[in-house]
Amino acid sequence: MSAPAPTAGATATGRAPARQVLSLYDEPGPRARRRIRIWSVVVVLALLGLVAAGLVQFGSRGQLAADRWTPFLSWPVWQYLLVGLWGTVRAAALVAVLGGALGLVLALGRLSPVRPVRWAATAYIEVARTVPVLLLIYLMLFGLPQLGLDLPLIWKLVVPLTVANSAAFAEIVRAGILGLPRGQREAGLSLGMTSAQTTRKVVLPQALRFASPSLVTQLVSLVKDTSLGYIVAFTELLYRGQVLSSFNHLLIQTFVVVTLIYLVFNGALSTLAARLRTRPGRRTPRGPGTRAVPSAAVLGVPATDRPATDRPATADPATDRPTTGGAPS
Amino acid sequence: MDLFVDGAGPLLSALGTTVLLAVVAGVGALVLGTLVAAARISPVPVLRGAAFAYVQFFVNVPLLALLILAVFALPDAGLILPLAPTAVLVLALYEAAYVAEAIRSGVNTVGHGQVEASRALGLTLGQTLGLVVLPQAFRAAVQPLGNVMIALTMNTALAAAVGVVELTSAANKLNLVEAQPILIFTAAGLLYMVLALAIGLGAGRLERKVAILR
Repeated sequence: MSAPAPTAGATATGRAPARQVLSLYDEPGPRARRRIRIWSVVVVLALLGLVAAGLVQFGSRGQLAADRWTPFLSWPVWQYLLVGLWGTVRAAALVAVLGGALGLVLALGRLSPVRPVRWAATAYIEVARTVPVLLLIYLMLFGLPQLGLDLPLIWKLVVPLTVANSAAFAEIVRAGILGLPRGQREAGLSLGMTSAQTTRKVVLPQALRFASPSLVTQLVSLVKDTSLGYIVAFTELLYRGQVLSSFNHLLIQTFVVVTLIYLVFNGALSTLAARLRTRPGRRTPRGPGTRAVPSAAVLGVPATDRPATDRPATADPATDRPTTGGAPS
Repeated sequence: MDLFVDGAGPLLSALGTTVLLAVVAGVGALVLGTLVAAARISPVPVLRGAAFAYVQFFVNVPLLALLILAVFALPDAGLILPLAPTAVLVLALYEAAYVAEAIRSGVNTVGHGQVEASRALGLTLGQTLGLVVLPQAFRAAVQPLGNVMIALTMNTALAAAVGVVELTSAANKLNLVEAQPILIFTAAGLLYMVLALAIGLGAGRLERKVAILR
């Protein structure tokens, strides 16, 4: 069995934790290596075939002609799309700040010892999690004007997204708080800190750090949600793409470019989340006992008796690489 | 109260469309997601890379952009299907990435000893995966998969944006006639909540039945 490296990263919500790397197969022998080579060739051929079929199909309709793609090399088109991306960023930032703050309050509310507060927070979270955002946007678009309340365009997108995302943020923060060892809170209380002080100074700093990979992942999902600005005609990337395509009639090309912009932008955020997950900060809470191992080894157990797997995972980043898959996303 | 008499019919038939979309796309996403998850942990590096790229693509691109691409743009390249099947196909492809991630997190909960034991018994990789790892991974992944299915049901609403007449779109149409937005959209929201509740309770029950206590 090759490199059973336990890594230290553990996520609060259980979304693809990198804590344990499962090795499903032995170091391949000559026959297994040959089989792997054969399969590699088969897979590569299949993928190439798929791409080729796609290209032939596109080419037969003239979609690959150079003059259909060259407009996207010119600066004005990019300028036009980047204005849209800026709208996406603005809306996403507003939702992240408002939704994050509201989510924090909701998470604390759901864990509150006061029963009505707990019920209210739970009810809000459960409702907001199980209603489609599009429905909330329609409600905002058509319902509020009827009540005589007409908000600026950006808020028609931001408010429904905040309602939906605050519930998601709340669940992530709550999982972070519940993932902390109970002793942290008890220690704070026994030091004479009030409950509020313990929450603010002991529990939350650790819980938020613990939940940071999932929070960034939620940020990705939030940026994706801003594409609903397409519905309310708010100037964000997808809406700009739509306007651009009705102007230049290059439907496929425009939406492919827009999709790629989203891919690059969110891909960067996802990579950040993966980094946070596999390389937790030094102060990230670990399970009890992981830290005692090196000191115990120093204290007297002969180094040769120490099983290789008990080495502190952070000591050697080379062994942190997962052997059965790529970086967790 | 005329509203409910007039509105109930279209809303309920649209609810049927939503359920149909969710069920077909859900089954498709589960099957495809399992295949992607298996590719993701396979010993063939190319397959692993392809599965990784698949998941990264669909996790990072908005569903609405994909729906618009598939419904409005791809017909220009001669790739055209009826509207509802296109929406189901895109939904299934999209959610399969999340299903794969949920199953992979389930695979991570399977103990080393299980795999070592099955290898020591001489099981091949396929047998190890099919008989030992995946059954346990699925059991550990019931709750996350339930959440993915709830998200999928919510995401069927986006099909309204490309013209499929499902619950959200029917509510919108009804509202254009009746001009009772708050009442109508709240009713539609309640229907979605019932669906989500049903999936959530179903997942909870299933989990209690199949969960492995460690």
